[in-house]
Amino acid sequence: MEHLNPAYTALIHASQQGLAIEPQPYLRLAQALGVSEAYVIKQFQTMLDQGLIRRIAAIPNHYALGYVANGMCVWNIADERLDTVGTWLGSQAGVSHCYRRPRRLPAWPYNLFAMLHGKDHDTVRAQAKNISMHITQHFPGVLHDHDILFSTAILKKTGLRLRRP
Amino acid sequence: MTDTHTTPLHAPVKLDDTDRHILNRLQEGFPICSRPFARLAPDLSLSESDLIARVQYLRQSGVLTRFGPLFQIEALGGAYCLVAMSVPEKRWDSVVKTVNRHPEVAHNYRRAHALNMWFVLATASAQDLEACLTTIETETGLPVFAFPKEQEYALSLKLEL
Repeated sequence: MEHLNPAYTALIHASQQGLAIEPQPYLRLAQALGVSEAYVIKQFQTMLDQGLIRRIAAIPNHYALGYVANGMCVWNIADERLDTVGTWLGSQAGVSHCYRRPRRLPAWPYNLFAMLHGKDHDTVRAQAKNISMHITQHFPGVLHDHDILFSTAILKKTGLRLRRP
Repeated sequence: MTDTHTTPLHAPVKLDDTDRHILNRLQEGFPICSRPFARLAPDLSLSESDLIARVQYLRQSGVLTRFGPLFQIEALGGAYCLVAMSVPEKRWDSVVKTVNRHPEVAHNYRRAHALNMWFVLATASAQDLEACLTTIETETGLPVFAFPKEQEYALSLKLEL
Protein backbone atom coordinates (compact mmCIF):
# COMPACT_ATOMS: atom_id res chain seq x y z
CA MET A 1 0.00 0.00 0.00
CA GLU A 2 1.54 3.29 -1.11
CA HIS A 3 -0.81 5.82 0.45
CA LEU A 4 -3.12 6.12 3.40
CA ASN A 5 -6.52 4.61 2.72
CA PRO A 6 -8.80 7.63 2.12
CA ALA A 7 -11.57 5.95 4.12
CA TYR A 8 -9.46 6.43 7.24
CA THR A 9 -7.79 9.79 6.61
CA ALA A 10 -10.67 11.95 7.87
CA LEU A 11 -10.83 9.96 11.08
CA ILE A 12 -7.05 10.14 11.55
CA HIS A 13 -6.95 13.88 10.94
CA ALA A 14 -9.80 14.46 13.36
CA SER A 15 -8.28 12.36 16.15
CA GLN A 16 -4.49 12.53 15.78
CA GLN A 17 -4.24 15.30 18.36
CA GLY A 18 -6.11 13.16 20.86
CA LEU A 19 -9.61 12.53 22.14
CA ALA A 20 -11.68 15.07 24.05
CA ILE A 21 -11.62 14.27 27.76
CA GLU A 22 -15.37 14.42 28.38
CA PRO A 23 -18.24 11.92 28.87
CA GLN A 24 -18.74 11.12 25.16
CA PRO A 25 -15.41 11.64 23.35
CA TYR A 26 -16.47 9.61 20.31
CA LEU A 27 -19.63 11.72 19.95
CA ARG A 28 -17.48 14.88 19.92
CA LEU A 29 -15.34 13.37 17.16
CA ALA A 30 -18.45 12.28 15.22
CA GLN A 31 -19.86 15.82 15.39
CA ALA A 32 -16.60 17.26 14.05
CA LEU A 33 -16.78 14.79 11.13
CA GLY A 34 -20.53 15.13 10.51
CA VAL A 35 -21.17 11.42 11.09
CA SER A 36 -22.88 9.41 13.82
CA GLU A 37 -21.28 8.36 17.09
CA ALA A 38 -22.11 4.74 16.21
CA TYR A 39 -20.15 5.08 12.95
CA VAL A 40 -17.03 6.39 14.75
CA ILE A 41 -17.23 3.61 17.35
CA LYS A 42 -17.62 0.95 14.65
CA GLN A 43 -14.77 2.43 12.58
CA PHE A 44 -12.37 2.52 15.56
CA GLN A 45 -13.29 -1.03 16.57
CA THR A 46 -12.65 -2.24 13.00
CA MET A 47 -9.30 -0.42 12.84
CA LEU A 48 -8.32 -1.91 16.20
CA ASP A 49 -9.33 -5.42 15.08
CA GLN A 50 -7.32 -5.03 11.85
CA GLY A 51 -4.22 -3.71 13.61
CA LEU A 52 -4.51 -0.27 12.03
CA ILE A 53 -4.76 1.22 15.51
CA ARG A 54 -2.39 -0.33 18.06
CA ARG A 55 -4.66 0.78 20.88
CA ILE A 56 -6.55 3.75 22.20
CA ALA A 57 -4.60 4.74 25.25
CA ALA A 58 -2.79 7.33 27.30
CA ILE A 59 0.89 8.00 26.72
CA PRO A 60 2.58 9.18 29.91
CA ASN A 61 5.40 11.67 29.80
CA HIS A 62 8.35 9.67 31.17
CA TYR A 63 10.01 12.83 32.44
CA ALA A 64 7.00 14.12 34.38
CA LEU A 65 6.82 10.74 36.12
CA GLY A 66 10.44 10.91 37.24
CA TYR A 67 11.82 8.64 34.51
CA VAL A 68 14.30 11.34 33.59
CA ALA A 69 17.05 9.07 32.27
CA ASN A 70 16.05 8.24 28.73
CA GLY A 71 18.83 6.23 27.12
CA MET A 72 18.96 5.12 23.53
CA CYS A 73 21.11 2.00 23.86
CA VAL A 74 22.79 0.68 20.74
CA TRP A 75 24.78 -2.47 20.03
CA ASN A 76 26.83 -3.67 17.09
CA ILE A 77 25.81 -7.32 16.75
CA ALA A 78 27.01 -9.82 14.15
CA ASP A 79 24.35 -9.83 11.43
CA GLU A 80 23.76 -13.59 11.42
CA ARG A 81 22.77 -13.60 15.13
CA LEU A 82 20.98 -10.25 15.24
CA ASP A 83 17.42 -11.62 15.11
CA THR A 84 18.15 -14.07 17.93
CA VAL A 85 19.68 -11.39 20.15
CA GLY A 86 17.03 -8.82 19.21
CA THR A 87 14.15 -11.18 20.00
CA TRP A 88 15.66 -11.92 23.39
CA LEU A 89 16.33 -8.23 24.13
CA GLY A 90 12.83 -7.17 23.07
CA SER A 91 11.33 -9.51 25.65
CA GLN A 92 13.28 -8.00 28.58
CA ALA A 93 11.50 -5.84 31.19
CA GLY A 94 12.05 -2.10 30.85
CA VAL A 95 12.99 -2.31 27.16
CA SER A 96 10.88 -0.44 24.63
CA HIS A 97 11.29 0.39 20.96
CA CYS A 98 13.75 -2.42 20.24
CA TYR A 99 14.55 -2.46 16.54
CA ARG A 100 17.03 -3.65 13.93
CA ARG A 101 18.24 -0.61 11.94
CA PRO A 102 20.98 -0.21 9.31
CA ARG A 103 24.58 0.64 10.16
CA ARG A 104 25.94 3.88 8.64
CA LEU A 105 29.66 3.22 8.38
CA PRO A 106 32.05 4.66 9.32
CA ALA A 107 30.04 7.10 11.46
CA TRP A 108 27.67 4.57 12.97
CA PRO A 109 28.51 0.86 13.48
CA TYR A 110 25.41 -0.07 15.53
CA ASN A 111 22.50 -2.17 14.22
CA LEU A 112 20.43 -2.98 17.34
CA PHE A 113 18.57 -0.11 19.01
CA ALA A 114 16.59 -0.19 22.27
CA MET A 115 15.22 2.51 24.54
CA LEU A 116 15.81 2.06 28.27
CA HIS A 117 14.01 4.25 30.80
CA GLY A 118 15.08 4.79 34.39
CA LYS A 119 15.01 7.31 37.19
CA ASP A 120 18.72 8.14 36.81
CA HIS A 121 21.57 7.59 34.34
CA ASP A 122 23.40 5.07 36.55
CA THR A 123 20.33 2.79 36.65
CA VAL A 124 20.11 2.86 32.86
CA ARG A 125 23.89 2.29 32.51
CA ALA A 126 23.69 -0.69 34.88
CA GLN A 127 20.76 -2.14 32.95
CA ALA A 128 22.60 -1.72 29.63
CA LYS A 129 25.72 -3.32 31.14
CA ASN A 130 23.67 -6.32 32.33
CA ILE A 131 22.24 -6.69 28.84
CA SER A 132 25.72 -6.57 27.29
CA MET A 133 27.02 -9.15 29.80
CA HIS A 134 24.11 -11.43 29.05
CA ILE A 135 24.69 -11.14 25.29
CA THR A 136 28.39 -11.92 25.75
CA GLN A 137 27.61 -14.99 27.89
CA HIS A 138 24.71 -16.45 25.95
CA PHE A 139 25.64 -15.45 22.41
CA PRO A 140 29.46 -15.63 22.48
CA GLY A 141 31.39 -13.66 19.90
CA VAL A 142 28.44 -11.73 18.46
CA LEU A 143 28.73 -8.44 20.42
CA HIS A 144 31.28 -6.05 18.92
CA ASP A 145 30.49 -2.66 20.40
CA HIS A 146 27.95 -0.79 22.52
CA ASP A 147 27.00 2.79 23.42
CA ILE A 148 24.28 4.75 25.26
CA LEU A 149 23.00 8.08 23.98
CA PHE A 150 21.25 9.95 26.80
CA SER A 151 18.78 12.68 25.91
CA THR A 152 19.68 16.11 27.20
CA ALA A 153 16.66 18.07 25.90
CA ILE A 154 13.29 17.41 24.32
CA LEU A 155 13.27 19.58 21.22
CA LYS A 156 9.79 18.56 20.08
CA LYS A 157 7.17 16.03 21.15
CA THR A 158 3.94 16.39 19.22
CA GLY A 159 3.45 12.85 17.94
CA LEU A 160 1.95 11.99 14.59
CA ARG A 161 0.70 15.00 12.59
CA LEU A 162 -0.04 13.99 9.04
CA ARG A 163 -0.41 16.81 6.55
CA ARG A 164 -3.81 17.11 4.91
CA PRO A 165 -3.61 15.76 1.36
CA MET B 1 1.07 24.08 16.32
CA THR B 2 4.73 23.34 15.74
CA ASP B 3 7.17 23.67 18.62
CA THR B 4 10.08 25.75 17.50
CA HIS B 5 11.65 26.33 20.91
CA THR B 6 13.84 24.13 23.03
CA THR B 7 11.79 22.70 25.90
CA PRO B 8 13.61 21.80 29.11
CA LEU B 9 13.19 18.29 30.47
CA HIS B 10 9.95 18.07 32.42
CA ALA B 11 10.00 18.33 36.20
CA PRO B 12 8.38 15.41 38.03
CA VAL B 13 4.71 15.93 38.98
CA LYS B 14 3.32 14.67 42.31
CA LEU B 15 0.77 11.89 41.87
CA ASP B 16 -1.40 10.08 44.39
CA ASP B 17 -2.30 6.37 44.32
CA THR B 18 -5.54 7.02 42.43
CA ASP B 19 -3.61 8.88 39.71
CA ARG B 20 -1.20 5.95 39.45
CA HIS B 21 -4.04 3.46 39.09
CA ILE B 22 -5.60 5.63 36.40
CA LEU B 23 -2.29 5.90 34.50
CA ASN B 24 -1.63 2.18 34.70
CA ARG B 25 -5.15 1.41 33.49
CA LEU B 26 -5.14 4.01 30.70
CA GLN B 27 -1.85 2.75 29.26
CA GLU B 28 -3.52 -0.61 28.60
CA GLY B 29 -6.32 0.71 26.48
CA PHE B 30 -9.43 2.85 26.57
CA PRO B 31 -12.91 1.40 25.93
CA ILE B 32 -14.59 2.02 22.58
CA CYS B 33 -18.20 2.73 23.52
CA SER B 34 -20.52 5.67 23.98
CA ARG B 35 -19.60 6.40 27.63
CA PRO B 36 -16.04 5.04 28.01
CA PHE B 37 -15.21 6.92 31.22
CA ALA B 38 -18.44 5.67 32.82
CA ARG B 39 -17.42 2.11 31.93
CA LEU B 40 -13.91 2.48 33.41
CA ALA B 41 -14.81 4.47 36.52
CA PRO B 42 -16.12 1.60 38.72
CA ASP B 43 -12.85 -0.36 38.25
CA LEU B 44 -11.04 2.62 39.76
CA SER B 45 -13.66 3.24 42.49
CA LEU B 46 -14.44 6.66 41.04
CA SER B 47 -17.47 8.37 39.59
CA GLU B 48 -17.46 9.15 35.87
CA SER B 49 -17.10 12.90 36.55
CA ASP B 50 -14.24 12.40 39.04
CA LEU B 51 -12.37 10.18 36.58
CA ILE B 52 -12.81 12.75 33.80
CA ALA B 53 -11.58 15.55 36.07
CA ARG B 54 -8.50 13.49 37.05
CA VAL B 55 -7.65 12.64 33.43
CA GLN B 56 -8.10 16.29 32.41
CA TYR B 57 -5.68 17.29 35.17
CA LEU B 58 -3.14 14.62 34.10
CA ARG B 59 -3.36 15.86 30.50
CA GLN B 60 -3.13 19.57 31.40
CA SER B 61 -0.22 19.10 33.80
CA GLY B 62 1.74 17.31 31.08
CA VAL B 63 1.80 13.89 32.82
CA LEU B 64 0.00 12.56 29.75
CA THR B 65 1.57 13.67 26.49
CA ARG B 66 -1.22 12.07 24.49
CA PHE B 67 -4.57 10.50 25.03
CA GLY B 68 -6.19 8.89 22.04
CA PRO B 69 -5.75 6.38 19.21
CA LEU B 70 -2.21 5.19 18.44
CA PHE B 71 -2.25 4.60 14.72
CA GLN B 72 -0.18 1.82 13.20
CA ILE B 73 0.93 4.16 10.49
CA GLU B 74 2.84 1.58 8.44
CA ALA B 75 -0.22 -0.68 8.27
CA LEU B 76 -2.16 2.36 7.04
CA GLY B 77 0.31 2.94 4.20
CA GLY B 78 2.36 5.62 5.91
CA ALA B 79 5.99 5.59 6.98
CA TYR B 80 8.08 6.26 10.08
CA CYS B 81 11.82 6.80 10.16
CA LEU B 82 14.38 7.58 12.84
CA VAL B 83 16.81 10.24 11.64
CA ALA B 84 20.06 11.59 13.09
CA MET B 85 22.15 14.65 12.35
CA SER B 86 25.43 16.05 13.61
CA VAL B 87 24.66 19.73 14.20
CA PRO B 88 27.47 22.23 14.90
CA GLU B 89 26.88 24.00 18.25
CA LYS B 90 26.97 27.47 16.74
CA ARG B 91 24.15 26.57 14.36
CA TRP B 92 22.13 24.60 16.92
CA ASP B 93 19.17 26.95 17.48
CA SER B 94 18.60 27.68 13.83
CA VAL B 95 18.79 24.01 12.82
CA VAL B 96 16.33 23.06 15.61
CA LYS B 97 13.90 25.63 14.18
CA THR B 98 14.39 24.46 10.61
CA VAL B 99 13.87 20.79 11.46
CA ASN B 100 10.97 21.27 13.90
CA ARG B 101 9.10 23.50 11.46
CA HIS B 102 8.21 20.33 9.51
CA PRO B 103 4.95 18.82 10.80
CA GLU B 104 6.37 15.41 9.80
CA VAL B 105 8.83 15.68 12.72
CA ALA B 106 6.89 13.85 15.44
CA HIS B 107 9.49 14.13 18.16
CA ASN B 108 13.02 15.38 18.39
CA TYR B 109 15.66 14.87 21.09
CA ARG B 110 19.07 16.28 21.74
CA ARG B 111 21.44 13.46 22.67
CA ALA B 112 24.97 13.43 24.05
CA HIS B 113 26.89 12.10 21.01
CA ALA B 114 28.60 13.39 17.85
CA LEU B 115 25.23 12.67 16.22
CA ASN B 116 23.52 15.10 18.58
CA MET B 117 20.05 15.48 17.06
CA TRP B 118 17.67 12.50 16.76
CA PHE B 119 14.16 12.86 15.43
CA VAL B 120 11.35 10.71 14.08
CA LEU B 121 9.61 11.50 10.80
CA ALA B 122 6.03 10.31 10.25
CA THR B 123 4.61 10.67 6.75
CA ALA B 124 1.59 9.53 4.76
CA SER B 125 3.74 7.64 2.25
CA ALA B 126 7.26 6.38 1.62
CA GLN B 127 7.70 8.99 -1.13
CA ASP B 128 6.81 11.78 1.30
CA LEU B 129 9.45 10.43 3.66
CA GLU B 130 12.18 10.60 1.01
CA ALA B 131 11.06 14.10 0.00
CA CYS B 132 11.11 15.30 3.60
CA LEU B 133 14.63 13.91 4.17
CA THR B 134 15.89 15.64 1.03
CA THR B 135 14.25 18.93 2.03
CA ILE B 136 15.82 18.89 5.49
CA GLU B 137 19.22 18.11 3.99
CA THR B 138 18.86 20.98 1.52
CA GLU B 139 17.54 23.48 4.07
CA THR B 140 20.24 22.78 6.64
CA GLY B 141 23.11 21.92 4.31
CA LEU B 142 23.94 19.08 6.71
CA PRO B 143 24.04 15.33 6.01
CA VAL B 144 21.01 13.43 7.30
CA PHE B 145 21.38 9.81 8.46
CA ALA B 146 18.18 7.81 8.04
CA PHE B 147 17.71 4.75 10.23
CA PRO B 148 14.58 3.00 8.94
CA LYS B 149 13.22 0.16 11.05
CA GLU B 150 14.28 -3.16 9.49
CA GLN B 151 12.82 -5.45 12.16
CA GLU B 152 10.74 -4.77 15.27
CA TYR B 153 11.59 -6.78 18.40
CA ALA B 154 9.58 -4.71 20.92
CA LEU B 155 7.46 -1.65 20.71
CA SER B 156 5.61 -0.39 23.74
CA LEU B 157 6.86 0.18 27.22
CA LYS B 158 4.30 0.05 29.96
CA LEU B 159 5.57 2.03 32.91
CA GLU B 160 4.40 0.49 36.20
CA LEU B 161 3.62 3.47 38.41
